[in-house]
Amino acid sequence: MYSEKVMEHFSDPKNAGTIENADGVGEVGNPVCGDMMTFYIKVNDDRLTDVKFKTFGCVAAIAVSSMVSEMAKNKTLSEAKSITKKAVAEALDGLPKEKMHCSNLGAKALAEAIDDYERKRSGEPPPAPKPSKKKGAKRHVTCSHCQERNPITAKFCMSCGEKIGD
Amino acid sequence: MKTVYMDHAAATPVPKQVIDAMLPYFDEHFGNPSTVYDMGSKVKHVIDEQRAKVAELIGAKAEEIVFTSSGAEANNLAVKGAALANRKKGNHIIISAIEHHSVLNSARFLERNDFEVTFLQVDEHGLVDPERLAHAIRPETILVSIMHANNEIGTIEPIPELSAICREREVIFHTDAVATVGNLPVDVNKLNVDLLSLSGPSLGAPKGIGALYFKRNLRLMPLIHGGIQESGRRAGTENVPAIVGLGTAAELAAEQLTHKVEKVQGLRNRLVQGVQDRIEQVIHTGHPVKRLPGHASFCIEAIEGESLIFMLSQKGIYANTGSACASKALKTSPVLVAIGIPPGFVQGSVVFTLSESNTVEEVDYVLEQLPLVVDRLRSLSPVWETRTAA
Repeated sequence: MYSEKVMEHFSDPKNAGTIENADGVGEVGNPVCGDMMTFYIKVNDDRLTDVKFKTFGCVAAIAVSSMVSEMAKNKTLSEAKSITKKAVAEALDGLPKEKMHCSNLGAKALAEAIDDYERKRSGEPPPAPKPSKKKGAKRHVTCSHCQERNPITAKFCMSCGEKIGD
Repeated sequence: MKTVYMDHAAATPVPKQVIDAMLPYFDEHFGNPSTVYDMGSKVKHVIDEQRAKVAELIGAKAEEIVFTSSGAEANNLAVKGAALANRKKGNHIIISAIEHHSVLNSARFLERNDFEVTFLQVDEHGLVDPERLAHAIRPETILVSIMHANNEIGTIEPIPELSAICREREVIFHTDAVATVGNLPVDVNKLNVDLLSLSGPSLGAPKGIGALYFKRNLRLMPLIHGGIQESGRRAGTENVPAIVGLGTAAELAAEQLTHKVEKVQGLRNRLVQGVQDRIEQVIHTGHPVKRLPGHASFCIEAIEGESLIFMLSQKGIYANTGSACASKALKTSPVLVAIGIPPGFVQGSVVFTLSESNTVEEVDYVLEQLPLVVDRLRSLSPVWETRTAA
């Protein structure tokens, strides 16, 4: 299902690790959804002199992280920011359709690291943590009989069998 | 590089004896069993012999077996067939929260067609509580479907206790025994069930064959309409070679079962103990004792299952995972969610299903390689880093 290029980067990821005293750090995803990436960058004269990453995720997520780090190294900040998910996927000789979001995640984590660097330089305060997305909050409904959490689509409680919304 | 195959729940090799028994039915005895002349009636007779062999393996009568294309079809026929045929008696069915997709989605289909479905929660080991079932049964309940054993966590459900409740309340009881038939002694009388699904590949028959046991006189609505093959319960010309494969495999399974259970249980225990000794932060999922003999399942913290499976396969080790990334739907396994595996562990699922062909050396090879692969992935994982720093 994966290209040789993907397997190459998965088996031997480039630039895996962290950078102490990184100039910028970008983190996307969370372990619950199955993918999490952290990118670390070192910047000198508007250029990315070093890029490292740590990734929790599938084969595609690890290969994407490795590829993004390779593509970004020694690029100017604006060049690095313009790396698209499409470009990453193409550089990996394609990704399975259901894994395309992984390439998005890689590009996003790098962009966040650059944003973090730029904010630090301009002395801007870090953005307030975003309020949790509606998605997470509305996926469950609590049974009024036994307080069991049920999927939002449930008509009857998975625990006690009573009608939801009674 | 050596190959260590430990994904027997996904597929098993077909034994030579089974293949040899099947071959004549492709060319030499190719007749259509529905024809009246001897070329056909001989084949019809062979099908009935196979039916008797499958019946014998599970303590049933030959006329209580209908051949299907798979375990999934058997589950569909059981759940939809029994619900639709008994619609006049009621419209409520109960299944457990950890059923196979073929039961779960059959129930969801019925839900969209004016049936009501209760999904019974399980405990942290994946067990269905008989009291909870008794509480969920209503006057309009017509069918309960609870699997004999779960393929993802290996837990064996207390079927006799659950079916006794249904018997008393006059509710039809179905069990999906795809994971158990061929791996454990299964007897429909001891289990006291009305319907039981089994799958050919679980016992060494080729893919594309399964069977449903139904208690005599139980009404079933066919899903495939047409001729009167399988006593009108499933139309379509019979897959004769595969049926012969299933019959032969059933016969072999019956002979080898005791030996197989003992052997794979020993190997499994060695694997489980070894993994727990060598890897920190690992959960042995499912019930510690009431589980399939050759089944070892774990959730390993801070790594993702698909990566783990690929990296193991590069070492020649073949296993399976319930991780979200490995599923095309990218959804976290409902089974692991139902048993309450914590978020940091739930994606790191790995399942080993052993057979009697596996060896102690193979188990030791897995025990040598798995910790290395886990360390490698953890060294890449920001989750593990945060955890160890904390």
